[in-house]
Amino acid sequence: MDIKQNFFEFYGLPEVFDIDLGLLSQRHLELQKKLHPDRFAHLSDQERRLSAQYTAYLNEGYATLRASLLRAQYLLKLQGIDTHNESSAPMDPAFLMQQMELRERLEDAPQHADPEAELAALGEDVEQMMAPLQAEFCSQITVPAEASLHAAAAAVRKMQFLDKLRREIERLEDDLY
Amino acid sequence: MAYSEKVIDHYENPRNVGKMDAADHSVGTGMVGAPACGDVMRLQIKVSDTGVIEDAKFKTYGCGSAIASSSLVTEWVKGMTLDQAAELKNTQIADELALPPVKIHCSVLAEDAIKAAVADYKQKQGR
Repeated sequence: MDIKQNFFEFYGLPEVFDIDLGLLSQRHLELQKKLHPDRFAHLSDQERRLSAQYTAYLNEGYATLRASLLRAQYLLKLQGIDTHNESSAPMDPAFLMQQMELRERLEDAPQHADPEAELAALGEDVEQMMAPLQAEFCSQITVPAEASLHAAAAAVRKMQFLDKLRREIERLEDDLY
Repeated sequence: MAYSEKVIDHYENPRNVGKMDAADHSVGTGMVGAPACGDVMRLQIKVSDTGVIEDAKFKTYGCGSAIASSSLVTEWVKGMTLDQAAELKNTQIADELALPPVKIHCSVLAEDAIKAAVADYKQKQGR
């Protein structure tokens, strides 16, 4: 194990979007066992510190690779594009218009005759928009060309808006029930 | 994070929230979004025949700073000419609202929004 490796290397997985999530969990358990603090109890302070460092890296790696959006963002970051921390990027106006409408629908949901059903429907719409973006990302990120990389980043930026919406829907569901 | 009093004021009493008819030829619409935080902002202006902004409306789904920034801009641009409005700088917004560094991007979003609204109006007028 080496924390200079990227998360994919660390987990012994191919550097792709469509990873085997079952295999990821399995590797995670194996690595966790190897790094269990009890096994290092008899070791020096320095070695224990190192073990804690590995464990932190392991957990961050697992969280990053398990979630599809974080995994996509991480793949882009490995290619030098950080869509998670950039301050602004021009977006397609039609897409923004659609986002605005979805947010308005979410805002009106509590006044809906059946708020629960409306929120569920909204959530489904978000997932339906998310799927083709993931497919787009998946096909573009594998192509080693500048234009494809930018197309992959554009898909991830849209996924970030939808992910925000997804969290807002969940928050409202928590508030209502 | 602690918001400044001015941000809280605009957040609790946002000015000029609303919607104009985007198809109206005297209306310019600016739509912007920040992918990093998922905020979306719509800013609209109604322009007189002489090129003065008569009214402005906004709707922002985002944090307090984003709402305050767009609310402030709608207040400021009323009575301005298109060129004056297009010259608004995010630093003026950030200064007025005392935005902390991590929230500067919210003022950038508001600047982008007014510029987009002016551009949309000019495009409609064909000039």
